[in-house]
Amino acid sequence: MSLIAFLGAIELGLIFGFVALGVYLSFRVLDFPDLTVDGSFPLGAAVAAVWIVGGGNPWVGTALAVIAGGMAGIVTAWMAVKLKILNLLASILSMIALYSINLRIMGRPNIALLTESTIFTPLETLPLSRYIVYPLAILAGLAVVTALLNRFLTSEVGLAMRATGENPRMASGNGINTSVMVLAGMALSNALVALGGALFAQSQGSADVTMGVGTIVVGLAAVIGGQSLITGRTILVATLACIFGSILYRLMVAVALNADFIGLQAQDLNLVTALLVGFALVLPRFKRRRRVA
Amino acid sequence: MMRRPILSAVLCSMLMAGVAQAETVNLGITQIVEHPALDASRQGALDELAERGYVEGENLEIDFQNAQGNPTIAAQIARKFAGDRPDLVLAISTPSAQAAAAALQDDTPIVFTAVTDPLLAKLVNDMDAPGGHITGVVDAPPLQAQLQLIRDMFPEAERLGILYNPGEANSVSQVEKLQAMAPEFGFELVEVTASRTSEVMGAARSLAGRVDAIYVPVDNTVVSALESVLKVSYDADIPVFTGDNSSVERGALASLGFSYYDMGRQTGAMMARILSGEKAGDLPVGTVEKLELILNRGAAEQIGYDIPAEFEEQAVEIFD
Repeated sequence: MSLIAFLGAIELGLIFGFVALGVYLSFRVLDFPDLTVDGSFPLGAAVAAVWIVGGGNPWVGTALAVIAGGMAGIVTAWMAVKLKILNLLASILSMIALYSINLRIMGRPNIALLTESTIFTPLETLPLSRYIVYPLAILAGLAVVTALLNRFLTSEVGLAMRATGENPRMASGNGINTSVMVLAGMALSNALVALGGALFAQSQGSADVTMGVGTIVVGLAAVIGGQSLITGRTILVATLACIFGSILYRLMVAVALNADFIGLQAQDLNLVTALLVGFALVLPRFKRRRRVA
Repeated sequence: MMRRPILSAVLCSMLMAGVAQAETVNLGITQIVEHPALDASRQGALDELAERGYVEGENLEIDFQNAQGNPTIAAQIARKFAGDRPDLVLAISTPSAQAAAAALQDDTPIVFTAVTDPLLAKLVNDMDAPGGHITGVVDAPPLQAQLQLIRDMFPEAERLGILYNPGEANSVSQVEKLQAMAPEFGFELVEVTASRTSEVMGAARSLAGRVDAIYVPVDNTVVSALESVLKVSYDADIPVFTGDNSSVERGALASLGFSYYDMGRQTGAMMARILSGEKAGDLPVGTVEKLELILNRGAAEQIGYDIPAEFEEQAVEIFD
C-alpha cells in the first residue's frame, strides 16, 4: 500500500467517523437499529452539493446538510414513537423514501463538484499536499464534534438519553420524556451522518444518489469492530473506539484493493474486506484465550 | 574517495529504473461495477492496445479494480491509483471517472469511457479541446436513429414504453432527450422506473397492454435484468428495442447503435496515442460513429412479427 493510498484510507475513515458516531448514538445509546443512514448520508451530500452548485457558501451548504439529516432522523423517530411503527421498519421506510427525495433535491442522479469551491478549497493554497491537509482538517473537525458529543452525553440531558436507551420503562418512571429523547437522539444521529455525506461529496468531487449504499453496514462494522478492539466503560473511549473502527475498516478495504498478489481478483473485494474485518474482530478474543490457556 | 562508487551505483540504478519504465507500461483500470456492456468496453480497449503493441503480461502491467457498485469504494480505488502513480488510468463509468479526477489532480492522464455527459460530470470543460489531463469517449446513444428505426419497423405504433433507473445520470439524460424528440416521430412516451434490478420485472409488467413497443435505454440496472423485460415482451407480444447492441443477442428484437466493444476499441486507440507521448488534453473527446443494425429472429417469432426483408439486408448481424 502506498502512502497516498494509506492517507486516502485515513481520510475516508475519518469522514465515515462521523457516520460511526451517528450509528453509535442510534444503535448503542438509543438501542434503535436505524437504516435511515443509507438515505441521510447521500441526503447530506445532495443538499450541500445543490447549495454549492447554486453559488451558495459551502459552509452554509454543509450546515443545511446537517439540518436536513436531523429532519430525516426526526421523521424516522416520529414514525417509531408516535405512529408505533416497529423502529427497524420505520427506518427502512425513511431510507427508501429518501432515495426519491434525494433525486428530487438534486434534480438528477449525480452532481459534480470537481471545479466548485468547497470548504476544502482554501486548504489548496497551503504548501502541503492535499493528501495530508484534507485528513488533518477532517481530523480537527471530528475532534471538535467528538468532544461536543462527549460533553452532551455526560450532561443531564445526555444521561437521560442514555437511560432511555438502556431501560425506557425505568427512564419514564423517573420522569424522563422518552419520546422526546428518541426524537432528539435520532435527529442528532442522522445530522452527524449527513455531515459525513456533505464532507464526502466535497472532498471527493461529486454527490451521487447511489453513494448511500451500505452506509449502515460500514457504520455498524466501525462501531462493533472498534468497540470489540478497544474496550472501556467511558463514553469518550466508546466514541474514540468507533472512530478507530471506521479508520480500520477503510484500511482493510485498502489492503483488500492490494490483494491481487495472492491471486484474488477485483470482484473478490467485498469478500476480502468482510474476511479482514471478521478477522480483526476475532483476533483479540483469540489472543485473550491463548493467554488464559 | 568512497563516495564515487556509491554515486555511480545510484546513478546506474536510476538509469536502469528509467529503462525498465520505458519497457513496461502501468495501466490502472477503475470500473464501477461489472456488467456485460462495461466489460465489453474494457475488453475492446485492451484488444486495441494489444494490436497497437501494448500487450498485457509482456509490456503492459494492468491493475484492474471494480468498486462493486459503491461510489465510496471508487473513491478509495482512485486514491490507490494516486499513490501507485500508473502511467495511465482508464476510468469506466461516470462515478469512477469523477473519483479518479478528484484524486489524481497531478498530471497522470485519465481516459474515461462509458460516460454519457462529460461536461455535466465536470470531467472536461470543452469537448473538442479538453486541456488538462483528462479525455475519453462518450457513450451517448444515437437516439434519433433509434426512434426512426422503431417508427420504420412499426409504422402503426403510438405508445412507446421507456424503462429506466431514475438514479442513473446517463439514463436520465437519455430520457430527457427522448421526451424532446418523441413528438417528432409521433410517439407518446410511457415512462416506468426501476431503481434496482429486483424492481425491473414489476416495472416491465406494468407496461403490458399499455404500450405498442418498449425501448430500453443504455441503463445499467435495466440491462442487468433484461431477461425480466423480455419475458413480459414475449408474453404480451410487445417488441423490445434496446440502446445497446449486446442486448439483442440476449433476446431483444432490434437495436441500431454502437457496440460497447467498438467504443472500447476507440478508447484503446486514444490510450495508445497518450502512451506513445501525446497529451490527453490535446485529444478531443470522442463519440462512436459506427452504427450497426442488429436483429433477433427468435425474438420476432416470439412476438409474432415478420421482419421485413429490407431490414434483414441492412443488418450487420442477425441472431436466431
